[in-house]
Amino acid sequence: MVSIHTAQELDTWRESLTAKVDPDLPVITVCGGTGCRVYGSEKVWTAFQDELTNQKANARLNYDVKVTGCHGFCEKGPLVVIHPQGIMYTNVKVSDVAEIVGETIVNNTVIERLLYVDPQTNEEIECEQDVPFYKHQHRLILGLNGLLDPTRIEEYISQGGFDSLKKVLVSLSPEDVIEEMKKSGLRGRGGAGFPTGFKWELCRQQPGDVKYVICNADEGDPGAYMDRSIMEGNPHLVLEGMIIGAYAMGANQGYVYIRNEYPLAVKHLRQAISQAEEVGLLGKNILDSGFDFTVKIKLGSGAFVCGEETALIASIEGQIGEPRPRPPYPAEFGLWGKPTNINNVKSWASVPIIIDKGSDWYASIGTETSKGTVIFSVVGNINNTGLVEVPIGISLRELIFDIGGGIPDGKSFKAAQIGGPSGGCIPAEHLDIPIDYESLQSLGAIMGSGGLVVADEDTCMVDFAAYFMRFTQEESCGKCVPCRVGTKAMLETLERICAGDGQPGDVDYLIELGEEIKRSSLCGLGQTAPNPVLSTIRYFRDEYEAHIVDKTCPASVCKGLITYSVIDENCTGCMVCLRNCPEGAIQGEKKEVHVIDADLCTRCGMCMSVCKFDAILVE
Amino acid sequence: MQIPVSEIHEIIDREAGDEGSIISALEKIQQHYRYLPKEALILASQRLGVPLSQAYAVATFYNAFSLKPKGKYCLQICMGTACHVRGSPQLLDQMETKFNIKAGETTPDHLFTLETVNCLGACALGPIVVVNDEYSGQMTVQKSDALMKRLIRKEGLD
Amino acid sequence: MPKLTINGSEIQVPEGRSVLEACREHGIPVPTLCYHPALEPYGACRLCMVEVSSPPRPSRLVASCVHPCEEDAVIETDSEAVRKSRKTTIELLLAGAHNDPMLLALAEEYGVKEIRFTLPEEDLCVLCGLCVRACREIVGVGAISLINRGMARKVSTPFQIASSTCIACGTCVLICPTDAIKLKDITHFHSVHGADSEFERVYCQICDDVDLSPVVIQDVDVLVGAKVDQEADLE
Repeated sequence: MVSIHTAQELDTWRESLTAKVDPDLPVITVCGGTGCRVYGSEKVWTAFQDELTNQKANARLNYDVKVTGCHGFCEKGPLVVIHPQGIMYTNVKVSDVAEIVGETIVNNTVIERLLYVDPQTNEEIECEQDVPFYKHQHRLILGLNGLLDPTRIEEYISQGGFDSLKKVLVSLSPEDVIEEMKKSGLRGRGGAGFPTGFKWELCRQQPGDVKYVICNADEGDPGAYMDRSIMEGNPHLVLEGMIIGAYAMGANQGYVYIRNEYPLAVKHLRQAISQAEEVGLLGKNILDSGFDFTVKIKLGSGAFVCGEETALIASIEGQIGEPRPRPPYPAEFGLWGKPTNINNVKSWASVPIIIDKGSDWYASIGTETSKGTVIFSVVGNINNTGLVEVPIGISLRELIFDIGGGIPDGKSFKAAQIGGPSGGCIPAEHLDIPIDYESLQSLGAIMGSGGLVVADEDTCMVDFAAYFMRFTQEESCGKCVPCRVGTKAMLETLERICAGDGQPGDVDYLIELGEEIKRSSLCGLGQTAPNPVLSTIRYFRDEYEAHIVDKTCPASVCKGLITYSVIDENCTGCMVCLRNCPEGAIQGEKKEVHVIDADLCTRCGMCMSVCKFDAILVE
Repeated sequence: MQIPVSEIHEIIDREAGDEGSIISALEKIQQHYRYLPKEALILASQRLGVPLSQAYAVATFYNAFSLKPKGKYCLQICMGTACHVRGSPQLLDQMETKFNIKAGETTPDHLFTLETVNCLGACALGPIVVVNDEYSGQMTVQKSDALMKRLIRKEGLD
Repeated sequence: MPKLTINGSEIQVPEGRSVLEACREHGIPVPTLCYHPALEPYGACRLCMVEVSSPPRPSRLVASCVHPCEEDAVIETDSEAVRKSRKTTIELLLAGAHNDPMLLALAEEYGVKEIRFTLPEEDLCVLCGLCVRACREIVGVGAISLINRGMARKVSTPFQIASSTCIACGTCVLICPTDAIKLKDITHFHSVHGADSEFERVYCQICDDVDLSPVVIQDVDVLVGAKVDQEADLE
């Protein structure tokens, strides 16, 4: 690999790399995101490689094949996109590979059966960018994810990577960079939304030579995975952002605190760091600017609370992830007591883009108070599960119906839960609100780190709230009383309600306790933990009352309030449910209607999922 | 199990030198033995000059660490939100019944450990079950039943 | 020297004072549980919450033990919001420590009429962490720590057996606000919760007089064996 000492050498290297690219050479990109890998994309990639070797041996044709980061459209994986045309094939199997090479690469014809079919119009769509899922997006941070081989720094360089760093080191002072960040209006994408430029300025102004920058990649919100995809698919973008930030704040050491549940992201990040060190974009005297910077990886060991700044710092220091009170803020007293700046992966990844395109351009995207784009992982009961990057301010309806493709199986939309365990739900009547920090907050949700879970009519909101409460309860560090005991009290109340033992007054108790936990807890985890409960009470109080007063679960979810029975007319007596019931709670003879013994039934739902005749009723 | 002292020292020393390295050292030990042997924890605290009480607090605070040996097969059920709304609690119930253990426990024959994990970030494939790092997506009670039966048969227990 | 207003009176305090310290110096009562003047403040029990307003921002509750006195701050130590917060916290503390006289007195003072949530088993320990911090910060030993997390959190020695570093000085017993750590008698000593360990009395090696520092019967080192120690010594 080359060694880059000056800005000039970086340019020369980039030119030589771009010169090598043949614009006419077909490039097959196979999505290597975790989702597609689970679907078998690695085998598909190997098959393309083997086919290439085979074709080359016959000197018939040439093409390039590479594994890229996550394309975002996880629902349809494994995804294969063929450039330069941009033809997208979905659910590609190894058995499709020869045909793709033969038809699309050799004959330049499109294989219709592999195209995405728009469920609304029933039309086949040829190109990735025309698929409604992508068409309404504004992919800045995720832009290169589907194009780059994230394991090769050369690819990032040839796409203009590290040009922002060059610009910063050659022509901008640290103050200029901070000014640029302030003007861009970027707000922390970890959830709290504090203006990034001001945060940097605070850290820069602190006395002392030793400062740290930290990338918070401890993505803990269950149902959010964009940080993972960015690090898997474009780790150099995050590194470049960190180097720029470190230069602006005067830090020479950076840390990436990343979940150990994300092995692929860790691997790619490690590779990216060692490649950047090897070429000289990390280390001493970067691009002859006199600025030194190195980055270390610290693995999170499975504690959601470590997403909180002070707990994260404690964890890097080798302590338990216990938050401490602020002030002093990490900018004044952070890692090892030194001024420290912590930003989320998405915030760091936005930096090179802002420097490259300018703060004015960036600030033109979004709303009055919330600038730029935001990434949501749209999951749950939705047709197009995936990662979506949109300008802040887009309506929830557009996000769920235009991009997300609506709710599967013709069911109706009930609520969108935004912001995970710290967030709240937004019901159908507010579908047209713009998604920005302030609007979400006014409805009791938060932007959070971008998890967006769609609940359909079959979701019980009490059970949903209990789910989040169970999560935060298990993840509470236990330091302060309101969070440790208070969330447990809320959870037990919710579980009682779900079990059919709710009492009048329970809802008021939840509200009272929830408000106090929010006001009295030590850190962000406790201060937001009651949100999912409070917001479901706000919009779905009738569901709570149904559980407590009528002893019914309107969505037929809560085990204590439902019964399974056989619909006589539909039952064919096939004995499948009988054989599968783990409790032996079903009786009946072949070709006779079966009966479920309610006393033995544990409501596991096995019978319902194995029945081919819709003969099981749950109510 | 006899724990070779020099081997543990080697693992610890690879992480030493960096302040706060106790967690990284424990991570490596956990990776190597698939749990934290008591002896290793004591050695790590001695070697890195961290009070044993702190090392023990760390080992019991973070989910990634286990002080008990894990089973030959570690079955993890993703409890992320997406998996939850698509039915992962049912899968957990089913597995708990089948193996007669609770999440976090290991069967007495040390074959199966059942764990719940927070979001694995493959939400499109939910619910997800991971067996020793191998992912199975879009699980149903039937598929998971088949999966468990396969493992049980493999061990000749059926 | 920041000047601030507490309960309507303007006061001036030396630099670096916490709100709680300022209150104490001026005779303003604020209940605490995890605070001890000899230890670093911890901010965990949330009993010492006070209301800070800095208009135009809405007022908020802060833990006075860890909150610095800021210039022009307006602080209320007994407002309705403060009393409500303390009331909730006391009720939650009583969930485990149902019979602690100090907590019951606070419950009386703050009008806690019913305890709506109780833990299945009585546990006097309220996890204020005073014992752990005193052992580390004052005794300099660090024999105990807060292990596990969330509801499973507790004070314990490593592996929940007798600690080889504990010197059985009894500081943890003395500092515990709820008498959760018991000193059985002079010679036999319950170190901490869950660790039913006994210590044998020996004489102090320095003065050969006071019989305070004990020898641990079951020692963690025994688990590893002498081999480890030898190897460690050789390095």
